[in-house]
Amino acid sequence: MAAPLDFEAPIIEIENKIAEIKNMSSLSDSDMQREVDSLQKRLERVKANIYQRLTPSQKLMVARHPERPYTLDFIKLMFTDFLELHGDRLFRDDQALVCGIANFNDSPVMVIGHQKGRNTKENIRRNFGMASPEGYRKAQRMFDLAERFNRPIITFVDTPGAYPGIEAEERGQAEAIAKSLMMMAELTVPMITVITGEGGSGGALAIAMGNRVLMLEHSTYSVISPEGCASILWKDASYAGRAAEALKLTAQDLKELEVIDEIVNEPLGGAHRNHHQIAHNLKTAIARHLKEIKSLAPKQIFEQRYDKFRNMGVFAE
Amino acid sequence: MGITDFLLEKITKVSSQKKDMKENIWSKCSGCGEISYRQEIEDNYQCCPKCDFHFPVSAMQKIDYIIDPHTFVEFDTGIRSLDPLKFKDSKKYPDRIKAAVKKMDMNDAFVGGMAKINGREINIGGIEFGFLGGSMGSVVGEKITRLVENAIKNHRHVITISCSGGARMQESILSLMQMAKTSAALAKLRMEGLGHISLLTDPTTGGVTASYAMLGDVIMAEPKALICFAGPRVIEQTIRQKLPEGFQRSEFLLEHGMVDIVSHRKRWRKDITRVLDFFGYN
Ligand SMILES: [Zn+2]
Repeated sequence: MAAPLDFEAPIIEIENKIAEIKNMSSLSDSDMQREVDSLQKRLERVKANIYQRLTPSQKLMVARHPERPYTLDFIKLMFTDFLELHGDRLFRDDQALVCGIANFNDSPVMVIGHQKGRNTKENIRRNFGMASPEGYRKAQRMFDLAERFNRPIITFVDTPGAYPGIEAEERGQAEAIAKSLMMMAELTVPMITVITGEGGSGGALAIAMGNRVLMLEHSTYSVISPEGCASILWKDASYAGRAAEALKLTAQDLKELEVIDEIVNEPLGGAHRNHHQIAHNLKTAIARHLKEIKSLAPKQIFEQRYDKFRNMGVFAE
Repeated sequence: MGITDFLLEKITKVSSQKKDMKENIWSKCSGCGEISYRQEIEDNYQCCPKCDFHFPVSAMQKIDYIIDPHTFVEFDTGIRSLDPLKFKDSKKYPDRIKAAVKKMDMNDAFVGGMAKINGREINIGGIEFGFLGGSMGSVVGEKITRLVENAIKNHRHVITISCSGGARMQESILSLMQMAKTSAALAKLRMEGLGHISLLTDPTTGGVTASYAMLGDVIMAEPKALICFAGPRVIEQTIRQKLPEGFQRSEFLLEHGMVDIVSHRKRWRKDITRVLDFFGYN
């Protein structure tokens, strides 16, 4: 596995031991099996122990894990007949954000999601999942298509944030995000959003105004990265750990704050260990929410989304 | 009161303020470095008479430059911030709020209400930068949303004046959600056939720019204001090079097609009137 997480050391150690025993020809089959079974049990205990107590910083590491399933992985595992649609018709095709039509349980839907790369070459092409204005304007075209042909939208969020670069600013990153927010607010078709990895600020929100917002168990969602927050408020990026605590960015925190609707359980030891399992769990959850929203009239779908975001915020009066 | 009495009173007032005035009679411009009479700057809408550098002014002052005198009726003055995240960095969030309330004599960073422009009713509000850098938390988001919803109810156009460091980090995700909330309210305003004029002043950044502020039907910018999504420092760190002069300033945005007008403070009322006339009233 690429770049193992330091807190996973006890897990990796047992996993290696199991592999080692399996290679030992000196042991009889039954001895080996007994040994492996007992180690397997220990492994599950250790995994459970570690993964039930992840700190916010550790969750962020899981959310950023290079083997974590990305949008195209989810599309492959949960949808059929995906046809990618490209380009914003203004400037270029931003590959940090993928869009397309697909079938979900045999019904046509629009799929939109950030796309990270698994190696340097891919990441250059995908810009580490940081979309430019072109990406958000491509998504706007898709919102419009879905609305006109009355198809639900499913979005997958996994980005460090919208790209902070010269060209992105010149071409109106702020306007692109703002316009996306307004367009999502206007939709009368069902929209389900899943935060699958990192929900990084405005760049995440720009495709995240679902009638339902779900989060994978170890995903995160916040207004700024802990590193960015630490360098502004503590004037020192090495305080990222404390910023991660303070920002309340875990799925569990956000459920408590009533910003999200549901937490989707990950397989023990994180989604990166079993793509099929997480895709199965997620597909079940999306299908249930989609059915609920589909039962509403278009006007109600619009109002439900409006009220949902209208009521966010905590203040006294 | 007769004219003599009036003058006498004025003279007494002036002499009692003399010490005060001596200190405040001159101001140095941070744009060109020239020194001007305070009064001359004030008469020029708090802009340098030599280079037109716009000195920072309060949100209420900006509103006053635009509306008919004494027509402003403020909404929702009682909304206050809480601390849902129990946020603490070097200071506790409630302590930061308390200090800002005391310093600015307002409950949070937004002042909004109804007013008249040439006798016609509009809803207008602005972000106060002096209050925690004009950051948008739950209160700012709620007040903007109510300003828009009230405009829909009363069939009025909306003018927003932005001046903000962006999101209020101490409210993390709740702050982010204000971007969605304010943008959704403007979507409704648009559906009702009502207009939104967005005036961007120095600085307008981050989550404020990337939500309601860039959703003006007409977008105006104060000259030389910093207007951006990602701040210059963040970009410099990302690309590891210095940014060109004038990057992300109003004139740069105008050139790149991101704002409609760069408008000097003394023209705000006039330009806004023209746009409102185009929107029409009923
Ligand atoms: Zn000057």
